[in-house]
Amino acid sequence: MIAAALPDNAGYVVAAYLVFLALLLIYVAIIAFKLVRMQRDVSELNDLADRRAGAPGDASADDEPSVVGRSSLHE
Amino acid sequence: MHAARLRTLSILTVVVLIAGYSLAAFSAPMDADQGFMQKIFYLHVPMAIVALCGFVFGGIFAIAHLRTEDPTWDLRSYVAIHIALILGVGVLITGAIWAKASWGHWWVWDEPTLVSFLIIFLLYATYTPLRFSIEDRERQARYASVFAVTAGAFVPLNFVAVRSATSLVHPRTFDSADNLPGAMRSAFLVCLLGMALLFVTLWKLEMTHKHTTAQLRALKRKLGGEDGGRPRRSAAPELRVG
Repeated sequence: MIAAALPDNAGYVVAAYLVFLALLLIYVAIIAFKLVRMQRDVSELNDLADRRAGAPGDASADDEPSVVGRSSLHE
Repeated sequence: MHAARLRTLSILTVVVLIAGYSLAAFSAPMDADQGFMQKIFYLHVPMAIVALCGFVFGGIFAIAHLRTEDPTWDLRSYVAIHIALILGVGVLITGAIWAKASWGHWWVWDEPTLVSFLIIFLLYATYTPLRFSIEDRERQARYASVFAVTAGAFVPLNFVAVRSATSLVHPRTFDSADNLPGAMRSAFLVCLLGMALLFVTLWKLEMTHKHTTAQLRALKRKLGGEDGGRPRRSAAPELRVG
């Protein structure tokens, strides 16, 4: 129904605008992926800070897994 | 860059883009020659102008980097060129779609406007591999800046050369003061503003991301979590914070 209401060659116009939208969406998806990785890094740093704060004389800190053994922050 | 400012800029970009393309769809009159197909103009031309300006800005930032040796300028140049390249992909694809609809061919090799844009795009497509091929970070930044300045100067020269050449089929957008009637002109200008704002928003977003990543790494170093090994080879500039 919508297609019938559109003028001739409307498909090309729609395709051009869809290309632009697709490029934007791909960019946003890449940024979202990077954001997730950054969030993981922040939580890792949080763990590190907690470990440092609780290190002297804190017995509970000894039960936590070793940060050294985790994946590096570097990409 | 504060997140609040980035948020305001993003909202402004969305509003201006929606306003621009609403004007293009509903207010701008149909082109007498091309009809509805001409609506691609409001997307293709602003994207091309902003992409070319992005390359030039990349060159200007590179000059600042060569003068000051501040790696932040190299990062600004890198991000500007990176986003201009993404827009360049959009320009080539939307241009090919418009060419097919209008001329019956996806590409016309005789047309100076098309070929010159492709040359500029391919020139900048070598920018990232060039950076990646140089391992030493300082040398990488310096060579990339020299490239960005040279290529950035080539963009306006190329533009002038194309304007003075004889056009076969590709129209000239601003070859006289009144070749774009009022409603078309205002819709085009709002779309151009929206595209420019989109470029600035994406540029600031990526700059914010790079700065935040650098700060996270610095924090990691301070907390003793870094392995201290050799940094990963990358085309992106490395910022050292703290």
